[in-house]
Amino acid sequence: MIKAVIIDDEPLARGIIKEYLAHHPEIQLMHECSDGFEGVKAIMQHQPDLIFLDIQMPKINGFEMLELLDPVPAVIFTTAFDEYAIKAFEAHAIDYLLKPFGKERFDKAVQKWTQQKSQNGTDNNTAALIEKMPRQPDEQHRVVVKNGSNIRIIPVQDIFYIEAYDDYVKIFTKDNYQLKKKTMSHFEEVLDPKEFLRVHRSFIVQLQQITKVEQSDKSTHVALLKNGAKVPLSRTGYSKLKEVLGV
Amino acid sequence: MILTYGSWWLLWIFIQAWVLNNLALPWKEAFVDATISNIVLTLCAYATEITSRYYNPNKQRAWFRFVWGIGLAYVCAFSTELILAQIFADQPSFLLYLVKSGPLRFIYSFLMISFMAVISYLLRQMKEEEENKNRKNDAQNLLREAELANLRQQIQPHFLFNSLNSISALVGTRPEEARKMIYQLSDFLRGTLKKDEQQLVPLSEELEHLKLYLEIEKVRFGHRLQSDIQCDEKSMHMKLPALLLQPIVENAIKFGLYDTIGDVVIKIDARSTNNSLNITIENPYDSETSKPKHGTGFGLNSVQRRLYLLYARNDLLNTTTTKNTFNTAVKIPQSL
Repeated sequence: MIKAVIIDDEPLARGIIKEYLAHHPEIQLMHECSDGFEGVKAIMQHQPDLIFLDIQMPKINGFEMLELLDPVPAVIFTTAFDEYAIKAFEAHAIDYLLKPFGKERFDKAVQKWTQQKSQNGTDNNTAALIEKMPRQPDEQHRVVVKNGSNIRIIPVQDIFYIEAYDDYVKIFTKDNYQLKKKTMSHFEEVLDPKEFLRVHRSFIVQLQQITKVEQSDKSTHVALLKNGAKVPLSRTGYSKLKEVLGV
Repeated sequence: MILTYGSWWLLWIFIQAWVLNNLALPWKEAFVDATISNIVLTLCAYATEITSRYYNPNKQRAWFRFVWGIGLAYVCAFSTELILAQIFADQPSFLLYLVKSGPLRFIYSFLMISFMAVISYLLRQMKEEEENKNRKNDAQNLLREAELANLRQQIQPHFLFNSLNSISALVGTRPEEARKMIYQLSDFLRGTLKKDEQQLVPLSEELEHLKLYLEIEKVRFGHRLQSDIQCDEKSMHMKLPALLLQPIVENAIKFGLYDTIGDVVIKIDARSTNNSLNITIENPYDSETSKPKHGTGFGLNSVQRRLYLLYARNDLLNTTTTKNTFNTAVKIPQSL
């Protein structure tokens, strides 16, 4: 028995997947969700083998939802025209269905997934895809984090600084922090370089939160932030910061 | 061109020969004289034409043209006499006539050269004007094409493909509704394609178009999306640029649907004042997670730009936010 979940914000779009799934008695539809929050909940609850996932959805998009999951389930993306995404899908041999799609195309996608699964066991390429995926424009303005079963959306303006923490990063807001399983280089790439600067191997800071830069001892400097936090600067970080601030 | 030129000079050869013959010069001498002087003149006129093509002194240096004309006329008259003196070297009476006719030849050459210069100047001016006109036309066509391309892009591929997907879903279960949606989508697309971006349409027409769009989106998103349109009687007849509201409503829907979780009501409100049509479009939004960074932002720049091009004003589009709503206000001046 294969367990599946559908996540799409358009009822009719879910309807057509359900209709096509009815011809696959080996697949059982556990749940259908209309947004990423429901999606995370349903996936944690049912541990599906396969999900059908739309990309553009309310509040958090399909990729952001996947980032909150560990492990990441196998995904067949269902989306309307989006050429950037398509390139990434193809690069990672993950199937996608371009709306509108017919039953034959749907059956082929399911068959392809079944074959891959029997060859690679439980491994799937989704995790690699999320890492490499070109970001959607709205993701430059927010970071989605999960704390237990709570999902929080942090507008990037609210970030003070980001600190590396093993496989995770700590995202510091005014008076607390959230953990996210991501790399520093990911954030360096995603965040607007006019607003965020990597000032240290383990620190990225939002420039407008800096109130002062002071010397902590002979050769090292720290940046003092509006909430009183101190962020260490590496030597190259310090000179980069001086250059950006124009001093 | 060469034919007119040739017959022009031929005509002058005959006229001159006839005049000379009347002045008691025998036909043979008259013809030779006329032919030689006009050939020399042709060469000089050609020289003027060539120089003016490559060297065009500006108005302040008009005296240069004058000096050039006098010089050329002198050269012309002088060389004609030289040639004629060679030909009729054995006729003393003709040589005497040559000396006496010198000043006249000079004046004649000067007048002819000036005349030719004026003609060629006028011709060039005409040609230039035509080229300018063509260039202007080309520029306008390019602009129009760019606008059309812009217009076509307004049909978001996302919207189109998702609508088709909804139709595909409806066909199996509710074929009547599928058919209705095909008609609505077709009407909407046709409305988008046929409209000229420069054209002014009454609000009632623009609203019909928007309603089609809203109906299609409502089929896609089910009960989550609702709309509420209010306008006063007078505003319905007021005019606005075609398809101006479309991107604003599109933006409101997108913003409302993807930025909030609950039901989304898009409110469109149109009021008339003495000399303007005021329209506000409101959508729900979450002030916690989306902070508009720049004044208008959110994909409304193209609307702003269009209003500026049409009315040369930058204050016609304004956005405001409350905790839960995002408002876009457009003011359309009405010409009296």
